Amino acid sequence: MVNILANPARFLRLAGAVLPWCWAVAAVSGGIGLWLALFVSPADYQQGDSVRIMYIHVPAAWMALGAYMLVAAFSAVALVWKHPLAHIVAASAVPLGAGFTAICLVTGMLWGKTSWGTWWVWDARLTSVLVLFFLYLGLIALRSAFDDSERGNRAAALLALVGFVNIPIIKFSVDWWATLHQPASVLRVGGPAIHPSMLWPLLAMAAAFMAYFAALLLLSVRAEIAGRKLQALLIAAGRDEQGTPAELRGQAR
Amino acid sequence: MAALLAIAVSDLRLAWRRGADTLMVVAFFVLAALLFGFGLGGDPALLARAAPGLIWVTALLAAMLALERMFAADFEDGSLDGLLLADVPLELIVLAKCAAHWIVTGVPLIVAAPVLGVMLNLPAQGYGVVLGALALGTPALTLAGSIGAALTLGARRGGVLISLLVLPLYIPILIFGVAAVDAVIAGTDAGASLMALAGFFLAALALAPFAAAAALRQASR
Amino acid sequence: MTAAIGEFFRMGGYGIYVWPAFAFAALVLAGMGWRVTARLQASESALGRMQGRTGKGHS
Repeated sequence: MVNILANPARFLRLAGAVLPWCWAVAAVSGGIGLWLALFVSPADYQQGDSVRIMYIHVPAAWMALGAYMLVAAFSAVALVWKHPLAHIVAASAVPLGAGFTAICLVTGMLWGKTSWGTWWVWDARLTSVLVLFFLYLGLIALRSAFDDSERGNRAAALLALVGFVNIPIIKFSVDWWATLHQPASVLRVGGPAIHPSMLWPLLAMAAAFMAYFAALLLLSVRAEIAGRKLQALLIAAGRDEQGTPAELRGQAR
Repeated sequence: MAALLAIAVSDLRLAWRRGADTLMVVAFFVLAALLFGFGLGGDPALLARAAPGLIWVTALLAAMLALERMFAADFEDGSLDGLLLADVPLELIVLAKCAAHWIVTGVPLIVAAPVLGVMLNLPAQGYGVVLGALALGTPALTLAGSIGAALTLGARRGGVLISLLVLPLYIPILIFGVAAVDAVIAGTDAGASLMALAGFFLAALALAPFAAAAALRQASR
Repeated sequence: MTAAIGEFFRMGGYGIYVWPAFAFAALVLAGMGWRVTARLQASESALGRMQGRTGKGHS
């Protein structure tokens, strides 16, 4: 605990340097992406303009999966090397990942209504992404379910690793099972099978989402660090008011 | 080996004396089926079509009910620390406790399943495969559930939390379990679904003890 | 002119699905941003007050 308070400075410096770039990329790439998505890219010959939902749905799906992999990676680091910052990063990424998963699910439902005629179907891809959403919720619930916050962090880190089995299921579900959801068109062996006029908006929106995610992640970690410093100061002040001897006061920090 | 047997037997004896777990699981199983029967009974054909899914869902829910108690007793009276320090690997201890838990909660579900089949108008061909699929699925439920039970030791509202946590692991078992029964009733081959169930059981057998043991270790730090 | 803009929003009938999709995404993204920045402001201002009061804890 003292460790992280003693040297968050390096992280905070790095965060401060990177953050403006994140905002810049998010704004510029997002602006370009939206413009391409809504105005420039062609309507699909089968799905008409409804295909434009793809430019939100697919990047959100990528973020949902990517965020979880980030959570799992930092959870592993936290459990193995016990670096406290790792827990903080994982904890901060979880609600963001949940948000992108929600966007993926809702935009997917709207898109599915137009292209399949139904809001929902219990096929492998949709079910496993819904499970991913519940995994995120479970991580949030588990972390806050203990009075001892470190216990909560460790339990959530373990759960993140156990739940990782869902990720390959999501990715390959459209290949392993006959599903209503279409197979991969971009992230596949052999490269993207999608026309450039559709690929560019996709990539632009993906870059924007990633930059936005990174910005919020950095801010969230910064907030958590500030919160812990505050906690430590409160504890120290409490001890001082109870009249701890001077030579013990230094140890509170 | 003797130590593992002792652990399993002591769990069984405790469960036998209390009797509550088995009773709770079976009672919920039967009551839920009863309610579904009343709710959907007006249309026997609908009930028959829904029966495989209903049996499996209620089995799942019943299994989730009993998970909270798996390690709780040891955690509360401090004997968990003793288990952690034992010569026997914690993973094997988890297996022993899972075996006991399955006998107490899984086997009664399998035994009660035909009764549910009758209440839910399950087609005659389905009975055999329901028993077989449950025999493969319920141990997997117990093993996967042990991870959730270990993770939530000492947590507030642990019971509800366990259900949320084991959901991702339970859903595939549910899907293949129902698929197997549906396949036999429809006259097609249930082999693939049953193989998948068996696969889940074996994977759970191999992996769940490690995850649960890791969770138990960090629970008592 | 207005007909063209109207047609853009209608998107050949799909507009009723496309725009809510974009709107939901914007809502969630904004909501996440709001939540994070609000928490950051609260933490850092509380920390600043505490540091000012006790004169300790400056990194």
